[in-house]
Amino acid sequence: MRNAPKSEDIAAGIRRRVFEHAMRNNGGYLSQACSAAEQLAFLYNEALTLGPSTMPMIPPPFGGVPSARNPDYVTGAGYNGPFAPDHDRLFIAPAHYALVAYACLIEVGRMAPEGLEMFNQDGSSVEMIGAEHSPGMEVHNGTLGIGLSTAAGLAWGRKRRGERGEVCVFMSDGEVQEGQTWEAVQAAAHHEIGNLWALMDVNRQQCDGAMDDVMKVGDIATKLRNFGAVVVEVDAHDLGALRQAKATPHEGQPLIILAHSSPTKGMEFLMRRFPRLHYVRFKSEEERAGMNIAIAQELGIDPIVLEDH
Amino acid sequence: MDMVNRPYAAAFEAHAIQNPDVLCLSADLTSSCEIDGFRDRHPDQFLSLGMAEQNMLSFAGGLGLAGFRPFIHSFGVFLYRRPYDQLMASIAYPRRKVRLMGFLPGITTPGGMTHQAIEDISVMRTIPNMTVLEAGDATEVESIVAEADTVDGPVYCRILRGSVPRLFDTPLRIGQMRVLAEGSDVLVVTAGITTEEALRARAALSDAGVSVRHLHLNTHKPFDAAQIVDHAASVRHGVVTLENHLVAGGIGSMVAEALAEAGLARRLIRLGLQDTYAHGGSKPYLMRYYGLDALSLVRAVERLTGQDTGISEEALGTVRIDAVHSAVKAEAL
Repeated sequence: MRNAPKSEDIAAGIRRRVFEHAMRNNGGYLSQACSAAEQLAFLYNEALTLGPSTMPMIPPPFGGVPSARNPDYVTGAGYNGPFAPDHDRLFIAPAHYALVAYACLIEVGRMAPEGLEMFNQDGSSVEMIGAEHSPGMEVHNGTLGIGLSTAAGLAWGRKRRGERGEVCVFMSDGEVQEGQTWEAVQAAAHHEIGNLWALMDVNRQQCDGAMDDVMKVGDIATKLRNFGAVVVEVDAHDLGALRQAKATPHEGQPLIILAHSSPTKGMEFLMRRFPRLHYVRFKSEEERAGMNIAIAQELGIDPIVLEDH
Repeated sequence: MDMVNRPYAAAFEAHAIQNPDVLCLSADLTSSCEIDGFRDRHPDQFLSLGMAEQNMLSFAGGLGLAGFRPFIHSFGVFLYRRPYDQLMASIAYPRRKVRLMGFLPGITTPGGMTHQAIEDISVMRTIPNMTVLEAGDATEVESIVAEADTVDGPVYCRILRGSVPRLFDTPLRIGQMRVLAEGSDVLVVTAGITTEEALRARAALSDAGVSVRHLHLNTHKPFDAAQIVDHAASVRHGVVTLENHLVAGGIGSMVAEALAEAGLARRLIRLGLQDTYAHGGSKPYLMRYYGLDALSLVRAVERLTGQDTGISEEALGTVRIDAVHSAVKAEAL
């Protein structure tokens, strides 16, 4: 019998897989793995009550979009377990974290490593920006700001049906620039949707660079509290703090955990690119080789064996 | 003409209380959408979501995922202009059973540009998975509620409120257009409030010896192109569409597409808003000003047949005038 995996090990595995994938594919969402590895490991390995995956370990190819003519359509929700009253649901609101989420699915045994080989390949369901049909994705979230609203609606419905399962949203801090996020918080507070909670990766980065340069958002915690949420702030890389935060009572109110993260955690070499971290591309073979050696050392692994391109 | 006061209010309440998975959503236009009585009598089935349409649409998508069938009530224009992204991603793409009840279609509001849904049919019918319906009288308003709720996916409905004429004695059925006259000179295609105008014009045209074939549409999507083509093929002079909407993307476009794809050569005159916004005013004034009324239809028929009918505005009968702030309306806006 195996011991239950430790979330710390899962987080390390996420970073290794995303790093390896980025090295082999000449770029990727490395920074999101750095900031979110512990958070996703915590969600899948500890915080969420999920049933076993109902989907094949090797993801099926793209099976068409939802349509009256496509009765066999399924979403990627089955990777998070069956829809049962006692099970939680998880929405990955920033769908560009998909690579990190897929790596997490592999680490927790819900997807085979081969799934990552299908990432961003034509005809694959393992899409670069997680689609509704991508592994672990339950709804379309590629347009930022809609995740929390959808989750609030689902949570209200589950509460009305007397289901014990909660609804969790993994969010990104950039989403607080969208007005809809605030509409969602006020609605969740007004309707006392206490079976809703969110874990927000506060890495203070967005596509154009540092959020403070792109659009200052001020004190998110105070703003969220004023809109009616229960807010806890923690170090995103401290699993003990995440556990404690999740235990915060929030009867009749949504809980939002602000997980302050480092966008280079575990791969400090990336700081050389700061603040251009959203999608890491290598400018030269030299940069790629240098990063391969330095970050592999940080992660405690051998450099990735690169094929000639 | 028999007028029915607030047909939506009674029809929605009757349907919702029989269907516990139906929820009544409102965005601060509860009495304006005739659901204030429902809110007061059935608060457990009513959700106030405030002036926050983006959240409301995604929230409704989440309710759909939980197995509920939310009826969203607002002015049509507020259901797709600001929250278009949410409509696409949270409702239309995943085929949630969300029923979008769009009040005050086209120029039926004195609220001007911001309140007038003049391109809603055009927008909605291009959205994959969407069904698009329009009520044209009190009977259709009454029957659209239960009928829309049979759709396995999202549906957008153009709803008439307040005092609504009763023109039909059979309920709206999705996909079944009404053949109101089977003449052989000109085909007239109408929907919503323009059907009443066409009824007025037809009587005068008949007296003038023009034989009109008249179709009333209540289902814009799925659109029965084959039947339109059959009717167009059976008239001598051509087709006139008359819509409470921009001619681009609406009924005029749908008919043009149907004729072109069938290779049927018929002249087509598209009446409606001609690439213009409207402004605020009473319904009769706006219908006259923008050429959506019976007289405009008569003139278009004359252009097709090449014959002056001699029909004057007076001959079209006394046009029913609704005061903008009439007591039978829920409220002015």
